Amino acid sequence: MNMLLRPSPSQSALPLKSEGITNLSRRRFLGAGAGALVLGALLPALPHRALAQATANTVKPGTRIPAFLIVGRDNSFKLLSPFVEGGQGVSTGQAQMVGEELDVEPSRFVVECAPPGPDYAVIGGLRLTGGSFSTRSSYEVMRRLGATAREMFLRAAAARLDVPASELTTENGVVIHAASGRHVPYGEVAEAALALTPAENVPLRDPKTFRYIRQPLPRLDARDKSTGKAVYAIDQKLDGMLYAAVQHAPHLGTEPVSFANEAAVRAMPGVHGVHRLPGAVAVTADSWFRARKAVETLDVTWTRPEATGLKTVAADYSSEAMLAALKESKAAAVSAEKAGDAAAVFAAATRIVEAEYAAPYLAHAQLEPPSAMARFNPDGTLELWTPNQMPELFQSIAAKTAGLSPEKVILHSPILGGFFGRHFFYGAASPFPQAILLAKETGRPVKVLWSREEEFRMDALRPLSFTRFRAALGADGRPAALEARTVGEGPTGRYFGALFGGPVDGSAVEGLVEKPYAIADRSLDYVKLLHPVTIAFWRSVGHSMNDYFYEGFFDEVADAGGHDPFQLRLDLLKDRRRHLKLLQTVADLSGGWKRGPFDAEGGRRARGVAMASPFGSETATIAEVSLADGQVRVHDIWIAFDPGSIVNPGIIRSQVESAAALGVSTALFEEMVYADGVRQASNFDGYTILGRDHMPRIHVEIVESGEPMGGVGEPGLPGVVAAVVNAVAALTGRHIRTLPLSRTKFNA
Amino acid sequence: MIRININGRDYDVAAEPDTPLLWVLRDTLGLTGTKYGCGIAQCGACTVLVDGEATRSCQLALENVGSAHIRTIEAIEQDEVGRKLVEAWVEVQVPQCGYCQSGQIMAAAALLSQNPHPTDADIADAMTNLCRCGTYNRIAAAIHHAAA
Repeated sequence: MNMLLRPSPSQSALPLKSEGITNLSRRRFLGAGAGALVLGALLPALPHRALAQATANTVKPGTRIPAFLIVGRDNSFKLLSPFVEGGQGVSTGQAQMVGEELDVEPSRFVVECAPPGPDYAVIGGLRLTGGSFSTRSSYEVMRRLGATAREMFLRAAAARLDVPASELTTENGVVIHAASGRHVPYGEVAEAALALTPAENVPLRDPKTFRYIRQPLPRLDARDKSTGKAVYAIDQKLDGMLYAAVQHAPHLGTEPVSFANEAAVRAMPGVHGVHRLPGAVAVTADSWFRARKAVETLDVTWTRPEATGLKTVAADYSSEAMLAALKESKAAAVSAEKAGDAAAVFAAATRIVEAEYAAPYLAHAQLEPPSAMARFNPDGTLELWTPNQMPELFQSIAAKTAGLSPEKVILHSPILGGFFGRHFFYGAASPFPQAILLAKETGRPVKVLWSREEEFRMDALRPLSFTRFRAALGADGRPAALEARTVGEGPTGRYFGALFGGPVDGSAVEGLVEKPYAIADRSLDYVKLLHPVTIAFWRSVGHSMNDYFYEGFFDEVADAGGHDPFQLRLDLLKDRRRHLKLLQTVADLSGGWKRGPFDAEGGRRARGVAMASPFGSETATIAEVSLADGQVRVHDIWIAFDPGSIVNPGIIRSQVESAAALGVSTALFEEMVYADGVRQASNFDGYTILGRDHMPRIHVEIVESGEPMGGVGEPGLPGVVAAVVNAVAALTGRHIRTLPLSRTKFNA
Repeated sequence: MIRININGRDYDVAAEPDTPLLWVLRDTLGLTGTKYGCGIAQCGACTVLVDGEATRSCQLALENVGSAHIRTIEAIEQDEVGRKLVEAWVEVQVPQCGYCQSGQIMAAAALLSQNPHPTDADIADAMTNLCRCGTYNRIAAAIHHAAA
């Protein structure tokens, strides 16, 4: 299940450094070794020394203009983006950053996800769309790219007009010689310009003169997405293509043994073939509906899963048993963070607060089911269209699956119908190896589409998680010491463990460590306990549960010590100007802090507050809730959001709204339950996600502290979960320590 | 062959009578603006208009379409309501991943055709499609915008 390539330490000396990235909790993720993963994936056959040399001698990511910019003679602009657009608005942001410096209106760009290649490894030598890294990691790179290209257009136009470049200016894609009134559109000199040697250190615009960056420009894709014209992976089609539908093993890890009715299935309308795949069976047919009907008719005998145990998804595996194992683990922990002498404080403490928090497995439940289309071309290449957040890695794995070298794999990365972490490589959770195997077997192009049921069966899950807390209260009722022990496994450890194989999995402890509160004595411990199921990155990753755990427990401590939770946060953040400002902002945005309960239209309500520091950004959140029929209703969410500095405030607002909606969804409804070794939900009737009827009002205020740029897509989420739970505690007196809240029946 | 009328044009379709209209649209006719999300009428990504009524095409068998006039997102801008909705969706910047938005707009088109000035409650009643990006509030704002 680990990624295929395990670079050795000798590969770590890459000449690439990350620019403009600040993220304490993920610093190691961006260390020099990160580049080796992608380069290793690109060049798996080369020995280490050759790899290091290739890296040093060939491409400095983000610098070769023609790899990014295609300027037509008609003065059209296409931008090949290192990142895949999946709703987060990254394509628009890229156009803003390049357009600002190139002097081309961003709305003129067509932006596509670039093919695999070392030019696009702009995240510290790594290429991925995730971790809320895209805009902040490429901000300097893409601006510099635009500025460098503009300087080349100036030089090419100077030669064309036979005037000094210093007499030229530009305006929206046109070079202007004011003295003679002559104009040269970029497109007319594009060929000559892009053949020039780029100048070094072209100055960037003074941010005071920005016209596009920091503006809420409309998304480039809004109209296509409002008229059905946007093309997703699922919409693509090839001449002569077969459609494939699959039925996966009911128990992960089991294999097909025999079919009882193969002849009958082969005789069904339109059926081309019945196929065995690793852990699955498939039917190819001349339409997907026919393929699906046939594959679901197929009567398959599967090998038997292990009877019991947690090393595999055994016949008796359940999320309940897994949680019990996390709780009961007596394994020695490693320290994720330690300050002061918590043990001594606890030994002397007269009041101790303890609590155990848990959060369930979650599905991504993006609305576009996964698909993959594969075609072997006559020239020996394999062409592949599939949703992905890491093109070079997918290319490498596709090559291995097909028995080709990576450069023979042409990978297309279409826009994503939602992702939230869904489209990293998680082994059997991706359909593209099936498409490759079926295309090979049939000799035809094949499109595999997973039904929603197969997607819920195979989706990689946000790990079920558990943390035990203790706090020692001082005489003033404030927390004098805090301990946490978290047991489980995170996706970084599983999928990037070979690279970042330290004892602590950052994705398992983020949200518990590096908190801003002044609690001098603290000890945060981590115990690794592997899940047998396929786990995943999921919007805000470890923060998605850990900030709920920590901030929920914080309110328990506040109540135990007789402090208002908002005031206690102010007290423990008194030296943190950035956090204080956010707390004050969110309080003002909500009309002034009031915890309640108070009377409101339709009954009693209360509010909860929470802070979170995810992905280099800072948030303060307040939620207002009531009860209806014993269930929680969320009315309003107020979020003060500080991403340091910004590119598109309109998109930031949208992303925070979206993250908040997902936060409410997980607080109220979501869980993927295992029983008897199988997932209990197979479609949206069993896995509830937030609908309009439970959507609260969301109020966002962006605060620009001027700190280094943080992430945008994920950080809005974690504080929402905790604020909702804390509001419920204010309303009911019950601190709910496990999600979703729909599991708890409240007395109105 | 079964004859159906899509966006004002007749098509003769060779498919089993129980084939959902969704798959006829997408795979037989190449009208991929209508999306597959769940296949059990839960999510609404496949919403089309059947004689003006918002209908989940994953649950409408080809044999039951009959002489109904089907309208899909590809024809959304062919009338005033549809044009206004598209402009409102862009103006309010509704779409994020965009995958559910064809269905959302078709549901909104049915609503506005029957109720040109819906209240929030009317919108809540009529707009039941899922959006994993959580754009519900902007969808409501865009419907009000289009109705104004």
